[in-house]
Amino acid sequence: MSGLGPALLNSLEMGLLLFVIAVGLNIVFGVLNIINFAHGALYMLGAYLAYTLMSLAGLSFWVALIIAPLGVAAIAVVIDRLMLRFIYHRDVADSLLLTFAILLIIAESIRSIFGSNIQAVYPPDALQGTVRLLGGSYPVYSLFVIFSGLVILAGLWYLFNRTRVGKIMRAAALDRDMAEALCINTRMVVTGVFAFGAWLAGVGGVIAAPMRTIDPGMGDKIIIESFIVVVIGGLGSFPGALLGALILGAIYGFGGRYFPEFNLLLPFLGMALVLLFKPTGLMGKGANA
Amino acid sequence: MKQNILIGVMLVAIALLIALPWYAPFFYIFIFTEILILGLFAVSFNLIFGYTGMLSFGHAAYFGMGAYTTAMLLLHQDWPFVYTLFAAMALSGLLALVIGFLCVRLSEVYFAMLTLAFGMMVFTIAHSWRDVTNGSDGIAGFRIKEFGLGLDLTIGNPTVYYHVTLVVVGIAAVILYIISRSSFGMILKAIRQNPERVSFCGLNIRTYRLASFTIGGIFAGLAGALIAPFLRVASPELMHWSMSAEPVLMSILGGTGYFLGPFVGAAMFVLLETWITSFTESWMLFLGIVLALMVMFFRKGVLGTFLDWWMNKND
Repeated sequence: MSGLGPALLNSLEMGLLLFVIAVGLNIVFGVLNIINFAHGALYMLGAYLAYTLMSLAGLSFWVALIIAPLGVAAIAVVIDRLMLRFIYHRDVADSLLLTFAILLIIAESIRSIFGSNIQAVYPPDALQGTVRLLGGSYPVYSLFVIFSGLVILAGLWYLFNRTRVGKIMRAAALDRDMAEALCINTRMVVTGVFAFGAWLAGVGGVIAAPMRTIDPGMGDKIIIESFIVVVIGGLGSFPGALLGALILGAIYGFGGRYFPEFNLLLPFLGMALVLLFKPTGLMGKGANA
Repeated sequence: MKQNILIGVMLVAIALLIALPWYAPFFYIFIFTEILILGLFAVSFNLIFGYTGMLSFGHAAYFGMGAYTTAMLLLHQDWPFVYTLFAAMALSGLLALVIGFLCVRLSEVYFAMLTLAFGMMVFTIAHSWRDVTNGSDGIAGFRIKEFGLGLDLTIGNPTVYYHVTLVVVGIAAVILYIISRSSFGMILKAIRQNPERVSFCGLNIRTYRLASFTIGGIFAGLAGALIAPFLRVASPELMHWSMSAEPVLMSILGGTGYFLGPFVGAAMFVLLETWITSFTESWMLFLGIVLALMVMFFRKGVLGTFLDWWMNKND
């Protein structure tokens, strides 16, 4: 089977990129009980900020990788304090509606500033070119994407399991009232978690910028993909986001080889099957919803 | 007293709608045809969302199903137009019954996600199954040869089509209104407010949810059947999730608590879109800001907020 290696690497690359984005969605849902429809728009914002910094301000990719996600996080703080705080106590449906409105606002602002054309940024010199690997030639940048995904995976694991901040986040996710009773400033946790989720979306956007096209429709595509990932893995579950992302990555990487006709259908089919038989997702805990 | 004023306003509005072609510019005949169709789509959605409390994110599947049914029957079978409407309702209802059967077991977010998944599955099938649906181009080139019911109407005339739409949407709205005011409709409202309690009364919630979902699908199919001859095409975009978002927006804009709220929302949506796009391209930006304000501060929508304020005034 020639070409199996590249398909595997493609799956891994796609899967880990999806993980970086979807895990932010899941952390926000886990702690805030909000489905952030605007998460894809924040990802797009990261990509456009990177484009602005690199193509218009002439900064390097590495500078953009640091600054752009922080910019996205800063905007998320504003969104949280200005808008989301009004609906935290309401139904999840309301959060879907409000974040959908935020999606429209961000996406249309971007469209009116940058236009509908496709923009492109290029990987830094050190990450250009290809290498021969597993029986195929493979872009160096893709290896960087896989590497970045693994670094973020390790970093998140460390954050949640080994640091005080991570434990506070987990406590707030489990029982916000109890956490408050233990003198944790949950309002700050809420804002911080939302900004952190946005930061992850921004990182995903910057990493994706040189490999995917930058256009005002990119947020719509990724949010549906992220929904598929978190639903398959389990809403609010950290390992679930990884598993779901790897599964969707594999569907993209291998589905085109073996079931080209069903390639577009498979992700939704997988999502529906998981919801039907285990609504809390493959890694989700608890009884049926 | 106030009831009578409301009925009077309604009658005037109906008269104005019937007489529209005689006083409004030609352009507005198209605008109001679209408002009526999307209004029916939104009302059918609101039976599921506003009444039964289920946020469906795949309602466009039934809308698109209706559009495809009519378009294909007109193209391949030369059916009279009225019969295609019934066929569209039947097939959309069947689709909603099957998908609803699987979805109504879930609550809240999971329900929204599963309807989204099914909606996108239907979209993907319409998009990829080129032999039947003609892929992304959709079904076009059909013509209404015969109206049916022994009537000889030139549907190609926009004024005639507007009146046909008005009558069909009017009948559908009356049926939906009767359903929403029946004891069945009351049970749906009760389910939204407190499902456990309804369950304790010995009613099977899933059956009622499924019935609500299916009825919503049937009338979404009717709306879709009306939009196909209006757009002269049935394309996969009619089934995309962004199309499913439109009745959600319209219901929120107009108000989910009143039967006519989604109609008002559809009218605001289409009229604002027409006016705002005439001087700026960022109509969706404006829509996003309005929607955000509505969700944060005026959750009852424009009609709901106004009626509640007006009914409580001087009482």
